[in-house]
Amino acid sequence: MIDNLPYIAVAIFIGLGIYTLMYKKNLIKIAIGICLIENGVNLFLITLGYRKGAVAPIYTMAPSGQSMVLPTPQALTLTSIVIGIATTALILSVVMMIYKHYGTLDTDEIRRLRG
Amino acid sequence: MKGMSKIVKTVANFVYGFIIIFGFYIIVHGHLTPGGGFQGGAVVASAFALALVSYGSVNSQKFLKKDIFSLFESFGLTLFIVLAFSGLGITFFYNFLANSGNWFGDAAVIGTNPGNMNTGGLIPLMNIAVGLEVLSALGVIVLVMAKGAEFTRKKENS
Amino acid sequence: MNILLNNSPILILALPLLAAFLIPLISRINKKTVGSFSALVLAISLVMTIFLAVKVITVGPQVYVFGAKSSGLTLPSGLSVPIRIMFQVDAMGIFMGLITATVSFLGAIYSLAFIKNQEGMDKFYSLLLLLTVGMFGMEFTGDLFNFFVFLEIASIASVALIAYRGINAGEPAEAGLKYMIVSSISALVVLFAIGIFYGEYDLLNIAALANMIKYSQLDKIALALLLPVLAMKSGAVPMHMWTPDAYSEAPAPITMILVAASQASLYALFRILFSLYNVSSNTLTAGWIIIVFGVLSMFIGVTMAIVQKDIKRLMAYHAVSQTGYMLLGVGVGLAVLSNPIALKEYGITSLEGGIFHIMNHAMYKGLLFLTAGALFFRTGTRNLNKMGGLAHSMKYTTIFFIIGAAAIAGLPPFNGFASKLLIYESVYKFNPLLSIIAMVVSILTLASFVKVFHSAFLGPKLPQFNDVREVPQSMVFSMAVLSCIIIFFGLFPDLIVDNLVHPAVMALVEQVKYTGTVLGGM
Repeated sequence: MIDNLPYIAVAIFIGLGIYTLMYKKNLIKIAIGICLIENGVNLFLITLGYRKGAVAPIYTMAPSGQSMVLPTPQALTLTSIVIGIATTALILSVVMMIYKHYGTLDTDEIRRLRG
Repeated sequence: MKGMSKIVKTVANFVYGFIIIFGFYIIVHGHLTPGGGFQGGAVVASAFALALVSYGSVNSQKFLKKDIFSLFESFGLTLFIVLAFSGLGITFFYNFLANSGNWFGDAAVIGTNPGNMNTGGLIPLMNIAVGLEVLSALGVIVLVMAKGAEFTRKKENS
Repeated sequence: MNILLNNSPILILALPLLAAFLIPLISRINKKTVGSFSALVLAISLVMTIFLAVKVITVGPQVYVFGAKSSGLTLPSGLSVPIRIMFQVDAMGIFMGLITATVSFLGAIYSLAFIKNQEGMDKFYSLLLLLTVGMFGMEFTGDLFNFFVFLEIASIASVALIAYRGINAGEPAEAGLKYMIVSSISALVVLFAIGIFYGEYDLLNIAALANMIKYSQLDKIALALLLPVLAMKSGAVPMHMWTPDAYSEAPAPITMILVAASQASLYALFRILFSLYNVSSNTLTAGWIIIVFGVLSMFIGVTMAIVQKDIKRLMAYHAVSQTGYMLLGVGVGLAVLSNPIALKEYGITSLEGGIFHIMNHAMYKGLLFLTAGALFFRTGTRNLNKMGGLAHSMKYTTIFFIIGAAAIAGLPPFNGFASKLLIYESVYKFNPLLSIIAMVVSILTLASFVKVFHSAFLGPKLPQFNDVREVPQSMVFSMAVLSCIIIFFGLFPDLIVDNLVHPAVMALVEQVKYTGTVLGGM
């Protein structure tokens, strides 16, 4: 049961992120919701590489003769974090543009494109 | 935005250089210890964010200029792609410097070892290119958002 | 010359990428040459794509491994699974690559006049080249995580391009925000499914994974996650809410390239269903789900399009409806994949109709969006109620619009008729009701385009449009090239179907050829 704790944390992160996206009206909160989902998926990727009783996969400071955690999911997660930074920066820039034109951050008042 | 008090400015003056040096240490040792291009670049950009917050966006325009950051970003990106093209005789991204005896060319050691910085081939060079690009790009993002905050405060107070 | 041909799968991507990074440096020296520079680089990419297409169709699928001792070395000494990232170009990938290369080259030429001396012009061209790189990467790659990275590159570049006019108006920023949220969520769900595959099989290469997949409970969850989000990225109903906003607020050449980007996500959906899962999954259920998405898209797209007043929003709803045709054709093919007699009788034909419709749709929808952009460039408005009598002043645009509208409605001798006939015939043998719905949708499409033609072009010349002239030369060139392609495909469809579409369909259906190229002749 204790080994499944990271996966439960992943489910909580993604659930909270989806709740924020659906029910909150402020645009900054929607950006935070996307960050939450992304953190959940990154945590899922890292937890996949864990092996019981293993150490970090660095040759420079490892005790010899011990098994190591898988390094490939760590490379995947790093790429995903970089993409997440670009996404967050772009969403915040677009929110700044919307604020400059409409003066408010409430999604009910911003909607002009309908139908 | 306005600057902060005298105590914050003094500590920021002292710590600014150390953060940048630590960031470059993480970038250059990317093939031996955890780190590499992106992580080191993000640490250096946090030093720029510290200078921006403690001195205020108007005063820090004198030593953090957006155009120079933009130029360095293009240099970093172009260097990365040119390094990838340079192995095109065999394949794209081919590591022709590894295990060859020149620059960064010692043989790679498998197993626990104290770490030889001269190994790795093209990987440390690409780390430096990516680190240069990331620190400039994050610097540009932080500066542009600070300028946007200044514009909004003027609009709200008028 | 030989180096260029041997390394062509990567040079098609790497040259626009290098140009995208050089453009900010070039624009510091001379601001006016960035447009011609990017059009030149995209022309080189188009020529190399045509050479690679000839090589793939005559010789066979090509593999390019990054960083290996030679470009075909997928399994280095002693290993039994491929380790490095590779590009695997088979007939279906190069089919989509030809669409991408043509559309982005013509978009860059159109932008020479459309985006002339506006602020931020260098960033526009840099982002256009990055969007092209992202689309090529999605279509050529043979590795799942590499596909995710290129999907995100294309999404981020297209959001910045949609919000390009947001400096002066507020609606493009809102459209860009909606598209960014939708593509962020779908990319994260794709990454979650890739994580499920990695955790179960320890492999990321599509061909190696296709060899080992067993359709366990976790694989069913991954398929159930991947199918809706890739359909959401390509604009199928009921997840189509972003399509009208994004397509109408982007500048006209970018809308044409965005249509091709949505079709790249559709290609990824077909690649996962056919080459990764193939008959190991329950193809009848998956096929019917895609057929339901297709029929809903066709019907809801065209009924919402008839009532629109904004010309580009109307055309965007038609894009949703035509995506339904592609989903219907391929869904019928997927549903009979496990049944060899039905597959030979009508499955292959319906797959050919669906896949041929992808190329036809990119051509005629691109032409229609470019004519809408030409109308906006000269009159300054997109509202159909305010336009009128423009056929007197803009003769070339009228002719191109007539060609595009006839092609989308499925009238012979244009190319829409060829692919729609293939879909009608084969779907009728599967289930007659679906074919009748498709024909009714085609008639409603013709009705809405007659409405547009009457509002915008016919009627007396209005006084406020007295000094409207024809659009500049580069815009006329792009529209003329697309019209020539449409007429050529319409007059000789069997040339295209035998040489381009049929190898693409067989590359999708036969999974053994896909895995055999990488794993060495099993």
